[in-house]
Amino acid sequence: MNALRIDAEALYAELRRAVQPHLKPDTALVGIWSGGAWLAERLKQDLCPDAPQGVVSSALHRDDFSARGMAAGSDATRLPFSVDGRPILLIDDVLYTGRTIRAVINELYDFGRPASIHLFVLVDRGGRELPIEPSFAAAKIALPPEQRLSLMRNEAGRFEFTVQEQS
Amino acid sequence: MLSRRNPQLNSHGELIHLLSVEGLPKAVLTQILDTAGTFLSVNDREVKKVPLLRGKSIFNLFFENSTRTRTTFEIAAKRLSADVINLDIARSSTAKGESLLDTIANLSAMHADMFVVRHSESGAPYLIAQHCAPHVHVINAGDGRHAHPTQGLLDVYTIRHYKKDFANLRVAIVGDIVHSRVARSDIHALSTLGVAEIRAVGPKTLVPNDLREMGVHVFHDMKEGVRDCDVIIMLRLQNERMSGGMLPSASEYYKSYGLTEEKLALAKSDCIVMHPGPINRGVEIDSQVADGRHSVILPQVTFGIAVRMAVMSIIAGNEA
Repeated sequence: MNALRIDAEALYAELRRAVQPHLKPDTALVGIWSGGAWLAERLKQDLCPDAPQGVVSSALHRDDFSARGMAAGSDATRLPFSVDGRPILLIDDVLYTGRTIRAVINELYDFGRPASIHLFVLVDRGGRELPIEPSFAAAKIALPPEQRLSLMRNEAGRFEFTVQEQS
Repeated sequence: MLSRRNPQLNSHGELIHLLSVEGLPKAVLTQILDTAGTFLSVNDREVKKVPLLRGKSIFNLFFENSTRTRTTFEIAAKRLSADVINLDIARSSTAKGESLLDTIANLSAMHADMFVVRHSESGAPYLIAQHCAPHVHVINAGDGRHAHPTQGLLDVYTIRHYKKDFANLRVAIVGDIVHSRVARSDIHALSTLGVAEIRAVGPKTLVPNDLREMGVHVFHDMKEGVRDCDVIIMLRLQNERMSGGMLPSASEYYKSYGLTEEKLALAKSDCIVMHPGPINRGVEIDSQVADGRHSVILPQVTFGIAVRMAVMSIIAGNEA
């Protein structure tokens, strides 16, 4: 755990305010497994209990499969609604290289042709390797590449960030 | 070192070939089953294809004919976006006198990434795995009487799907166990996953005695064998067994070891009935049972594709 402290709950409140005007009746909240999925779940609860909500995983479209192999099989995509013609708000905790976003956009297209996809994130840590930009980031933070920033959810459902040194 | 003992695993204990369920740790079996669960949902998508094996070439080498098994491997590979080449090997190179290893060397020179091997000789896939290039992966699709690991895995996937947990289950495998590579793979998978009681049921001529040493309970009376079972796995009775003097006749066999509604009623009320196919109605299984509410024979086929996708994607992602 690093000395860097990020108030995940305060950032979530900003994200919620930013998402609210974009929620039309047919808009789906789709969280990227796992941190983004928690955020989408909470946004649905707080903003629109009737909103279609789903989870999307990058596992089947990752570009580092040949180097890293098959990930554990727990993070399956679940989209309990039709993707075709639907506006999608894609939610994630941390935006970094953009590779996960590229993979999950491909994943979404395996289910149909969405009307639009907009990306909302808690933290944009820079370091993009693809031409991908979010519609909204609650914070922009510069971190050295060896640090890994991940969202955690405690038993009360509150969010916290942890920073770990990667080997 | 783990890898020296088991040619299926690399030095990190990761799966690089699937040759037999025997000797695979529980964690590897569970990884395959969990991954298969992810792939099962691919069937429900508008695009029933994922790009994990894009650019890889998978060669189906069926030295022994099996259209159905070959087709399930072909579908699995295609859903992973691999290129699939089916070789009618029995009628081509082998017939011209080429040795197995020469055939493999030639196909490797065509930049094969994976071989799916069916062979009448036990151990043929091991031989290929030992002699192919380090980047090439081998899947055993059935060798002699030895093993049929993907069938064993799809059987335990099916059981987990319906029963959730292995710990308290009583599973009966019924029929020609002595000649069955499916039975052998099932027994290894079930015991590794911690099934409470495994039973082998069949006539004395078709149930080997050494099963008791593996902790399997042997029954020659089918009614006793299926009593209170959670799962019944029926095996296909191969016609050629009739001529060898091992059995009196198909109708005699059906009377003693065919699964009828009457015998099924002795098992638990939520018992599932499985069969690797193709089924012989009226020989090892009654039509009403095969089509009845306990039967999960067709779901087994669907799960088989997902399990083969899981095995292919896991081994392709691990380096020797």
